[in-house]
Amino acid sequence: MDENSFGNEVDILALENRLGISRRSFMQMCVAMAATMGLPKGAEAAIASAVATKKRPSVIWLHFQECTGCTESLLRAEHPTLEKLILDIISLDYHETLFAAAGHQVEAARKSAMKANKGKYLLVVEGAIPTKNNGIYCKIGGQTAIELLKECAADAGAIVAIGSCSSWGGMPSTPPNPTGSVSAGEVLGKVIPNIPGCPPNPYNFLSTVVHFLTFGKLPDVDEFGRPKFAYSRLIHENCERRAHFDAGRFALEFGDDGHRKGYCLYKLGCKGPETYANCPAILFGDVGNASWPVGTGHPCIGCTEKGVAFTKPIHELAVLKTVRPPVGFPNIIEDQGKGASLGAAALTAAIAGAAVGAGAMLAKNLGKGVKIDDGESAPKKEERTES
Amino acid sequence: MSNTYHAAPAPLGGPLVTPTTIILAALAGIAFVILGVRFLFGLGSVTNINDGYPWGVWVVYDVVIGSAFACGGYVMALLVYIFNKGEYHPMVRPALLASLFGYTLAGAGVVFDLGRYWNMWHIFWPGYAQVNSVMFEVAVCITCYIVVMWIEFSPAFLEKFGLKDAKRKLSKVLFFIIALGVLLPSMHQSSLGSLLVVFGYQIHPLWQTILLPLLYLMTAVLIGFAIVIFEACLSSSGFKRPLELHLLGKLSKLMIWVLAAYLVVRLADLAVRGALGSMFEASIEAVMFWIEMALFIAPLVILAQPTARRNPSKLFIAAFCLMLAGFILRINSFLVGYETGPGWHYFPSVPEIMVSIGMIALEILGYIVLVRYLPILPGNFNQSAVAAQK
Amino acid sequence: MSINRRDFLKGALVGGTLLASGGTVEARPNKPMPEEALGLLYDSTLCIGCKACVSACKEVNDMPPEYSTEEQLWDTPLDISGKTLNVIKVYTEGTSETKDSEKDGFAFMKVSCLHCADPSCVSACPVSAMTKDPITGIVGYEKDICIGCRYCVAACPFGVPRFQYDKPLPQISKCQLCRHRMSEGKYAACAQVCPTGATLYGKVKDLHAEAKRRSALKPGEPAVFPRGNINTHDQSPHTARAAKYLPQIYGEKEVGGTQMLKLAAVPFEKLGMPKLPERSFASTSETLQHTLYGGLIAPLAFLGVLGLAAKRNMKDEENEAGHDKSE
Repeated sequence: MDENSFGNEVDILALENRLGISRRSFMQMCVAMAATMGLPKGAEAAIASAVATKKRPSVIWLHFQECTGCTESLLRAEHPTLEKLILDIISLDYHETLFAAAGHQVEAARKSAMKANKGKYLLVVEGAIPTKNNGIYCKIGGQTAIELLKECAADAGAIVAIGSCSSWGGMPSTPPNPTGSVSAGEVLGKVIPNIPGCPPNPYNFLSTVVHFLTFGKLPDVDEFGRPKFAYSRLIHENCERRAHFDAGRFALEFGDDGHRKGYCLYKLGCKGPETYANCPAILFGDVGNASWPVGTGHPCIGCTEKGVAFTKPIHELAVLKTVRPPVGFPNIIEDQGKGASLGAAALTAAIAGAAVGAGAMLAKNLGKGVKIDDGESAPKKEERTES
Repeated sequence: MSNTYHAAPAPLGGPLVTPTTIILAALAGIAFVILGVRFLFGLGSVTNINDGYPWGVWVVYDVVIGSAFACGGYVMALLVYIFNKGEYHPMVRPALLASLFGYTLAGAGVVFDLGRYWNMWHIFWPGYAQVNSVMFEVAVCITCYIVVMWIEFSPAFLEKFGLKDAKRKLSKVLFFIIALGVLLPSMHQSSLGSLLVVFGYQIHPLWQTILLPLLYLMTAVLIGFAIVIFEACLSSSGFKRPLELHLLGKLSKLMIWVLAAYLVVRLADLAVRGALGSMFEASIEAVMFWIEMALFIAPLVILAQPTARRNPSKLFIAAFCLMLAGFILRINSFLVGYETGPGWHYFPSVPEIMVSIGMIALEILGYIVLVRYLPILPGNFNQSAVAAQK
Repeated sequence: MSINRRDFLKGALVGGTLLASGGTVEARPNKPMPEEALGLLYDSTLCIGCKACVSACKEVNDMPPEYSTEEQLWDTPLDISGKTLNVIKVYTEGTSETKDSEKDGFAFMKVSCLHCADPSCVSACPVSAMTKDPITGIVGYEKDICIGCRYCVAACPFGVPRFQYDKPLPQISKCQLCRHRMSEGKYAACAQVCPTGATLYGKVKDLHAEAKRRSALKPGEPAVFPRGNINTHDQSPHTARAAKYLPQIYGEKEVGGTQMLKLAAVPFEKLGMPKLPERSFASTSETLQHTLYGGLIAPLAFLGVLGLAAKRNMKDEENEAGHDKSE
């Protein structure tokens, strides 16, 4: 954690000049980033400080079997924009898509950056790695993807896999997986932090990088290496259409009445119930609400989940991973009906008491009454005339 | 020998408006107001019945128990006109009057308990009536019996209004009416028990048996005996009249023989069905069962000795116990032993109880008014004593 | 009193004969299910508790929402009632983590009319307001005939018919298998909307065969499950892994068989489905009634005996009165 407290006016001015944004916009970006990562209050100050004062870390970005969608997704980021990120927050020392140069020069640039930042650079892997036939199906500069990855990973300070392809194999690994595509983690033989998604939300990646920058380490991850701030909850748990699911309102066909009303898409195959991601919370593209697949009316395909995306048909029903039914579910046995109220119990007791009491009194009086069989004396005058 | 007990019936006379009748009328009035609310806002607005306990005190007390309590007329008709025990004759009219009110109000109870009462006539309509239903038989029987009882009772009205001709014509066919008046209650009092058979496992083994109709019939007869004794004691005390002890003594002897037979049947049935063990469970049902049995056994114990059967106090207590026993049997079989399923609760609400109380009050009020106004009770003691002195 | 004794003995003889003959009345057997009976197959293991069926049922039957929470936001019935014909209930045990596990698990159960082959409600109803269609076997309700006595509510072994206690003009309510939609060529809405085919509609014999097929699947084995109407195949099937089914098909034998069959992985009693004998309660009740009153033979004979006795005894009384008068 950097000891420099934010407030150094020289630094802020330098920052504003360097980034070309106002202090307010900069702070907003830091707050947003802290919020995305679910960091506690005060973290935005740490982030701001780190961004303002730290030396920009070196980033080596590898592309393998991919569609470059992850990079494209990053290009659509607004806070920070990619150019601000690559020019001012990090030092992007190798990126095949964004570099103007090509060929051996770029490879040489990569090798020198790796040497200069040995043990400290951040390695980002985009795309799956083919392993069949010794991985000849993806070669860059004469090296197979496997070789390249292992070489770059050896001296990296941290490795992050971006996108489903490098996280768990993604689209290239769709059965029958002819090239033997696997994730970066499988090639390296260990679980590496990964940001799955096809493409992932750019802010999941950006927040991870900034966390690394600020705190010197990557955020908490789950057992698959996915940052918990983004991948610890099912889409089903945060879905804006969840109320429709709970109330039993479903779209049955595209364009039908229910679909037009925005009902739940479970029956159309939405994989939200078995997919971990934060899409409903932070959406895509900064264009306002409903800017994610379910929001637009298409069932989620589970793009972050191995075994779901590119494995299960899009319209096949999801397996519900929600472990507990919601609280508002009727139980097999519910308490119903009214038992004795105080009034009713009292009244019943009073009646029973009166009946028994009256009966006892009458019995006593009858006992005292004269035997009528003899027929002469009149019966005793009784007080009570009640029946 | 001249005997006060064979004096012709005569109106009792006396004031119709007394503190008692005013209270009774007030209670009946309260019941009517509550019923008004029931008809305006639905059954749930005044009762606590629910889908776990769709039948509450209105059905179980007002109809099932109320009609059983109205079996005095049935039993007296059986004794006097079938078994020809003419000595009980003077007790017939008062018993009949009580029965009349009891059954008419039981019928009224059915009407205000029905949810769709305006379709009530469907039970009697050939296209709709479903003859396999026990309730169909109970409803038709009770309705016919009410008509029969009014006819059986009409001699009292005819006498009051001096319609001798009509009375004579009626007496020619009265035997048939009386026969019906014994057949019909035998049918429906037993079938009130048969109602429970279709509930199957929902009735606790202590009460669910194919012998339900027999048990209900026997207890109806027993209640009939008991209520005759009970009402005789009340009338005697309330109207300050002599108590026909030797008649009641004979009646009670008959009663305890039937009671003994009933207990044998009841226990043998439990044994044969293997349900005896249930009475030793730690449950409300077992406790209520023991209360029921204790109340049934008590009269046997109390009235075992012939001298006890001449003791008005013991007679009254025994009769009271037996009535309570029959009451508890029906409460047990319809409510306590009705295993509707976990989670359901029922206890009558205050308005619900007040309606039943009001119905009882109306019965008693009606009895008092009619007994004072029509020739029902044997001619009063003073008149006969005066006559005897002449 | 010799006359009395003679009459009594006569009566005893006649009565005894009747009782003896009554004893030979055949017990009425369970009513058989119609050949082309229609029904539902509810598979608790396929059910995900989405309540689409609850919602659809309300819609096609025009029933009002039922609130059970403080903020009355949407229809949240706790049980079937005068406003709700179908509800999904949940069984939970311990941590409720695993679906269809009896221990530390959860499972769903659909609660609606089982359309018995020999319904207690039809037998109990005094006015034929509960009807059993001779062809489809659907147990229907005719509110215009009903008197609201609630005998059906009390009689049903499953507690299905419910009553509207909160209305001055109430009626009974229960699922009628969407028979009012049949003329439009539609079928039970619950089966139609069910996304997983947990509720399946069709002819009971076909549903029964399907239930048997599922019971025979190995747990975990991927299998194809039909959706919607098993006879018209109006919806695509879906693939899922078979659960660990209990061998029992609920409704196969209970009270003579029901047209809604149920499959589950958690014991049925824990899911609120009672253990019931094979003999229907209606058959026992009707056997009793027919024995005692069949053809009105016994009552009329008894009436004859009573009439004779009453006539003789009244003649005696008249004679006595005559003697008294003459004194």
